[in-house]
Amino acid sequence: MRASASHPSLPRNWLPGAVLALAALAVVFLPAWLRPTTPVDRTLRLEARSFEFSPSVLTVNRGDRVTLEVVALDVVHGAHIDGYGLEVTADPGQTARLTFVADRAGAFTIRCIVPCGPLHPFMIGRLRVDPSDTLVRAMALAILAVLVGALLSLRHPPAAAPSGPEAGA
Amino acid sequence: MRYELTRFAPLRSLLKSRWPQLAVQVVALAGLVLVIASGLVGTPVGNRNFAIVMVWIAWWAALMLVAVPLLGRSWCSVCPLPLPGEWLQRGAVLAPRGRGFGLNLRWPRKLRGMWLQNGAFVLVALFSLPVLTQPRLTGVLLAGLVLLAIALSLVFERRAFCRYVCPVGGFIGLYAQAAPIEVRVRDAALCAAHTTKTCYTGSAEGYGCPWQVFPGTLKANTYCGVCLECLRTCPYDNVAINLRPAGADLGLSKGRGLDEAFKAILLLGSGLAYIAVLLGAWSAPRAAAAAIGSPEWFTYALIFLAFVLVFIPGLLLLAVQAGLWLSRSRIGSVHGLRALSPALVPIGLSVWIAFSLSFLLANLSYVFPVVSDPLNLGWNLLGTAGVGWTPYGQGLFPWLTISVLLVGLTWTSRRIGAIAEELGGGLKLALPLWIVTFLLAVGALWLLVL
Repeated sequence: MRASASHPSLPRNWLPGAVLALAALAVVFLPAWLRPTTPVDRTLRLEARSFEFSPSVLTVNRGDRVTLEVVALDVVHGAHIDGYGLEVTADPGQTARLTFVADRAGAFTIRCIVPCGPLHPFMIGRLRVDPSDTLVRAMALAILAVLVGALLSLRHPPAAAPSGPEAGA
Repeated sequence: MRYELTRFAPLRSLLKSRWPQLAVQVVALAGLVLVIASGLVGTPVGNRNFAIVMVWIAWWAALMLVAVPLLGRSWCSVCPLPLPGEWLQRGAVLAPRGRGFGLNLRWPRKLRGMWLQNGAFVLVALFSLPVLTQPRLTGVLLAGLVLLAIALSLVFERRAFCRYVCPVGGFIGLYAQAAPIEVRVRDAALCAAHTTKTCYTGSAEGYGCPWQVFPGTLKANTYCGVCLECLRTCPYDNVAINLRPAGADLGLSKGRGLDEAFKAILLLGSGLAYIAVLLGAWSAPRAAAAAIGSPEWFTYALIFLAFVLVFIPGLLLLAVQAGLWLSRSRIGSVHGLRALSPALVPIGLSVWIAFSLSFLLANLSYVFPVVSDPLNLGWNLLGTAGVGWTPYGQGLFPWLTISVLLVGLTWTSRRIGAIAEELGGGLKLALPLWIVTFLLAVGALWLLVL
């Protein structure tokens, strides 16, 4: 049963919205429930060639001490890790190393930082730092988004539809 | 609820005057000439080339993040692509005088609608990665569009190129419906009673609507190019520019053509495909998209076409059919899809904004060197030639793009519910489409987050 727009029933009007708002806040601010495994030292080899990183996705666990060995197979390439703000450059045939502690969970884009050809801006890979609950939270928020949209459409039913758009003369 | 901006006399005078618009158009045209020149003869290094950086980073971002969501089709009022052709057709740069050139034929009835634009968009999308990264291809594409616009202006009346062919025009037109600004008449009855209809036929004060729209019955921004001619030609000052609730046009479920519905679906699917191919971690699709003519490219093209022309439209049609079946509605499924298609505009726009934000903030720093040295001659006009690459706003991701997608999904869900109610199907009609748009949004989130 829909509440009338002209005679709003206060509890009925604000309660669903308040519940959804609280749910959204809970989804965003609930502490991370996924616990990281015991940190270890990892050495990962990242091969860079025009215009790809191999492997394209590197996966580590939060807290790991990571040594990234970037090997440029053809021309000079570099690797910048978004979110961490770290970067390293490797000459052709050489290996450059970068060591850091993966202290932020999530997925971070790895970008080549040395212009290496036409597809250089699209030479990207990913560093995944597990466990990450970003997608789960985003999906929960997407469910809430649909519910909010549905609720709004029910509370504000369409006015009498005007005739359609006229394009021509 | 509307607030008329043109009630302020100075603003109305400013907009009616041709000089401010011409000034912006001339600057845009000069920029286009520079872009084409640097594309054709400048450095082949894309991220150092003025054409690539200014068109596919600066202009695209300005269009998708500011112009279209906030100002609708306003870009079309200063777009330089059709200007040479339009000036030749009119035989004038400013107000009407004498006769121009060309045959002024009517656009063929069978080619009306958005189908040509849909085809042009798919064609450009198939070749987009080489165009985005190779300056010469960008130069050739833009020069080709200018020449095509000139040719069409000399054969057909008004802005046939913009209205029926421009691959970006249909894109801007669809999403301009979400903008909080519009050109509309104050009193439609006055227009109906006005026998000469100078807004459409033209007068000494201005040209008849170049976009072939009669403002008196204009209900959506889709086809209005905000050229301001009707503001100039209306003898009653009955044309207004209004601020309005964002997305006011999306409440119109009636009168939607299948071409327009398909445009909404095509752009939603293309946005998802662009995120996967251009921003995804996997390099194989990018390599295939760049290798035009290779077996890999044909495979890529086949998958891309199947995704945007078959899979996404089929999925949405199935959702509408399921909704119609659940609600026991007697509406035909194609009619239902047409009516519900405006609801796809917010989610589609948010997918494109999320894509553009990700791309822009990573590559914005390329703009500074090229504006200081647009022709790669070693200049340092603005003192920014030495600015190195820096990705901006990385701390904002992925929640910035997630937020954009959630706003789009909320808005789309609301429109689905409202239109389903209007069609008499209620929750049962809306439910399958809510589920499918949720799944598409989750797909986009997955591509951006993982």
